[in-house]
Amino acid sequence: MPNQDPDKRITNFDEVALGYDKEAATLEAKRCLQCKNPLCVQGCPVGIDIPEFIKEIASEDFEGALAKLKEKNSLPAICGRVCPQEDQCEKLCIVGKKNEPVGIGRLERFVADYHKNSVVKKASLGEKKVAVVGSGPAGLACASELLKRGYQVTIFEAFHKPGGVLMYGIPEFRLPKNIVEQEINQLVEMGAEIKTNVVIGQTITVIELLERGYEAVFIGSGAGLPYFLNIPGENLNGVYSANEFLTRANLMKAYLYPKWETPLRVGDNVAVVGAGNVAMDAARTAKRLGAKKVSIVYRRSEKEMPARQEEVLHAREEGIEMNLLTNPVSIEGNDGGWVNGLKCIKMELGEPDDSGRRRPKPIKGSEYMLEVDTVIMAIGQGPNPIIPRSTKELTISKRGNIEVDSKTGQTSIEGVFAGGDVVTGAATVIQAMGAGKKCAESIDKYIKNN
Amino acid sequence: MNTIVLKEVLSPSIKKYVIDNPDIAAKAEAGQFVILRIHEKGERIPLTIADFNRENGTVTIIFQEVGNTTKRLGKLEVGDKILDFVGPLGVPTTPPEGKNYVCIGGGVGIAPIYPEAKALHKQGKQVKGILGGRSKEVLFYEEEMGKVCDELHIATDDGSVGHKGFVTDILKELITDDSVQIDGVIAVGPLPMMKAVCDITKEFNIPTTVSLNSLMVDGTGMCGGCRVTIGNEVKFACIDGPSFDGLKVDFDEQMRRLRMYREEEQKVTGCQCGGEC
Repeated sequence: MPNQDPDKRITNFDEVALGYDKEAATLEAKRCLQCKNPLCVQGCPVGIDIPEFIKEIASEDFEGALAKLKEKNSLPAICGRVCPQEDQCEKLCIVGKKNEPVGIGRLERFVADYHKNSVVKKASLGEKKVAVVGSGPAGLACASELLKRGYQVTIFEAFHKPGGVLMYGIPEFRLPKNIVEQEINQLVEMGAEIKTNVVIGQTITVIELLERGYEAVFIGSGAGLPYFLNIPGENLNGVYSANEFLTRANLMKAYLYPKWETPLRVGDNVAVVGAGNVAMDAARTAKRLGAKKVSIVYRRSEKEMPARQEEVLHAREEGIEMNLLTNPVSIEGNDGGWVNGLKCIKMELGEPDDSGRRRPKPIKGSEYMLEVDTVIMAIGQGPNPIIPRSTKELTISKRGNIEVDSKTGQTSIEGVFAGGDVVTGAATVIQAMGAGKKCAESIDKYIKNN
Repeated sequence: MNTIVLKEVLSPSIKKYVIDNPDIAAKAEAGQFVILRIHEKGERIPLTIADFNRENGTVTIIFQEVGNTTKRLGKLEVGDKILDFVGPLGVPTTPPEGKNYVCIGGGVGIAPIYPEAKALHKQGKQVKGILGGRSKEVLFYEEEMGKVCDELHIATDDGSVGHKGFVTDILKELITDDSVQIDGVIAVGPLPMMKAVCDITKEFNIPTTVSLNSLMVDGTGMCGGCRVTIGNEVKFACIDGPSFDGLKVDFDEQMRRLRMYREEEQKVTGCQCGGEC
């Protein structure tokens, strides 16, 4: 799939991957072997009938392809872009054993984009109301499935714009915001009501939602609590969580400051600690915002990086430096309290740890200083604590996640279900969608049995 | 919803709005805050809730026009709507245990100290109020505070009303007056004032609650921009505060963090003060 040229794209926020045209998509679709027992489907968290939708593309019935996709996935334009297909459907593709696997994600994206202005029919909704808390991937998938099943759905969002991490977290150049808006608008056209600026747990509690006549509640409040390393100097001016850096840039459009009024200080030399997709997003955003030098600082080696290969490749192409087997020890500051260095220590890999990856160990005496004026912490997020704290009846794990019945997604409160990052800890968009969808099925069953 | 139903100009740069939002009014408690945004390209800013009326479904905010957003906010009129108005955020203040309190409000910090004093007064506690500011013009709520305080003191830098000097001068007098033991102090105002208050209360070991106006984006724990050091722990002002044990707050760090975007803001407002005017 063609990409925007690296030299050019670091000067703009336009999408990096340019997508297939009709001819390229049809050609790619014809590479699919149409396996009788397709393994790819097993790799899809929402179980899309992959060979079927690809068959429609191959025969140039793009309408049919979309219908097939939408049977299982309400947000194909988003999933086609941000799903880690190489670890899911495409990993299992038979064609991929000897050649490049079929570009399933790219085809999904093509079909969704081809129909981006198609009109969605309003679902015929019954009397029963369900509340969905959070409008990220889990909430949107749950809402969509509930609408299809004829429920009135109200989605509550704490921010002023719906979309959750799709809006505040993932940058424009990887997932254009108008695509997220289109997918959300389709839910509204189907009949969803979205209430922004409502913080469930503060403005209204979960229990009050039940009292207000919602038959069930789905909690998909996400992993909105950034972790820090707890090393000296983390509160110096110039240290950001990736969440803050990306929210200022994406949702608040700080890259258009002062026309958009939220400021963001980028600095000349930026270190991003961590090597997941969020770290790559933060590094590439910093580059686009004018940082001269941006480095990833990661304590393990390239092989263990949790980010998608494609993201790492794109980051490298854009001139992001990789300081691997390097761990921050402290952040140093000048007299004014601004960051002027990141003290690091070199690491080596030892025996495998619980995660199966080789455990990094510091090499004695190998400390050195990385001269930076901005440090972005992208080492993960915990579950947002507002709902757990304000809902005493919920059973919460030691790590702060909401505990649910693994089959149904029901929490310790009858009629209250939960899914996505608030249950599992930070994971992928499609896993959250899978959980949202599963909970919608359970909610349907729950309401019908009552 | 979010319509301004009453506007009062309390001083040339301090304004009071009563805003219609029954959901927030129903839940608000002393010490909590709202986040607002006034136009599509606007910044989200936190403001402490100055009062609320559950029956009328209204929330009161009082703000000083210092930055770009508050200056624009000050131009709105009765009938105008606040685009985004979210809350109540943060946890309500839990005042120190006891019977006798001193509530100190400095500058625009008088706004959030009022609900604190009112809440203590309602519980039948003895409340002594101290209001402070540069001069007579920037003071407000003398009458309201008078109603919920057993005695009210005023200090101005220029002596245009009340004691000429700082709120801390009066605080020291109240503490050293042996006839009444003070069980707790609640102080809200500029960071240097809260720091000066805590320097004194620390000396006399009087539990002190302060309220921090840290920089933040979402106000729900998500950005971590509002980090504050309390003793040896890092807390988020939005979900762990904004009220904290003043004797443990690292005020110097907070003052520094408030200057984070000084240069960027100067480009827009032309102001040289760094957010302290």
